Amino acid sequence: MAAIYSLYIINKLGGLIFYKDYGSKGRMDTNDSLRVASLWHSMHAISQQLSPINGCSGIELLEADTFDLHCFQSLTGTKFFVVCETGTQHMEALLKVIYELYTDYVLKNPFYEMEMPIRCELFDINLTQAIQKNRLLSSLNQLC
Amino acid sequence: MIGTGKIKQYANVLDKPLGKGKQEVSLSAFAFLFSELVQYNQTQVDNISELETRLEDAGYAVGARVLELLCHRDKGNRRETRLLGILSFVHSTVWKVLFGKVADSLEKGTEHEDEYMISEKELLVNRFISIPKDMGTFHCGAFVAGIVKGVLENAGFPAVVTAHFVPVEGQQRPRTTILIKFAEEVLRREARLG
Repeated sequence: MAAIYSLYIINKLGGLIFYKDYGSKGRMDTNDSLRVASLWHSMHAISQQLSPINGCSGIELLEADTFDLHCFQSLTGTKFFVVCETGTQHMEALLKVIYELYTDYVLKNPFYEMEMPIRCELFDINLTQAIQKNRLLSSLNQLC
Repeated sequence: MIGTGKIKQYANVLDKPLGKGKQEVSLSAFAFLFSELVQYNQTQVDNISELETRLEDAGYAVGARVLELLCHRDKGNRRETRLLGILSFVHSTVWKVLFGKVADSLEKGTEHEDEYMISEKELLVNRFISIPKDMGTFHCGAFVAGIVKGVLENAGFPAVVTAHFVPVEGQQRPRTTILIKFAEEVLRREARLG
């Protein structure tokens, strides 16, 4: 079944502000997740320079043997990326939904400091609902 | 002259009629403004109860003005003199104008004669706010409590109004209750009026 392994959100300086893993594969401890985040931040920046076309906005999809990595960068430089099973559909839409949840429940929270790790209850609750909805939709699509 | 619609020019700005105003305001705009209000006040105070007091004061100013406006606009300059009258005014009219819907429920307190409660599943001002665990019982609904206090006090019903979270079993998020405790004189007057 097409599944999401983990979700990362990194701020514009490359620091990890949110990490959640789902499922049994690809679990990481805190240090490893921090390393992956800063690694991806650097790779994303380098790819913008390496691109043969002008105005490249960075890597959007990385396909490997055992996983796919979809990345979405907002206009402010905050990056949302999700590591999922190969061939998972509709990840772009999911990332946009997560971005909307971020703008609602994190940025409108007066107790959230910018560029700090996200500790907002409402964001967690709504994120879980969104992921579950996405899982349900994708399994329904598979049945058809 | 056909076709020239001319807006009536008023010589004195005080003669202009009070319009209905825009009925809707962007929720996001309000959420950001309210978030900034809370953040600004956080920098000015040392502890949580002071922060709640500041939010309440901000709401008090809103309540006083809302009362004047609504009395003129919706009630034809009539004044409420009875307790239940002013409470249902707050519960329906004020809530409808400010939040777009009437409050979920209005209850009389069982333990004390002078306590009334307005309950809401989730206050509009709290929609996007998650209180961190280390802030304990802090409630951004203190702003709404201040609005209610402003309305009540300026209508002649002095009261102490506070906002509380009430946990509900079966639901993750607690309900919000605005607790209104009227002053002695209000109850005495109410008893006298029969």
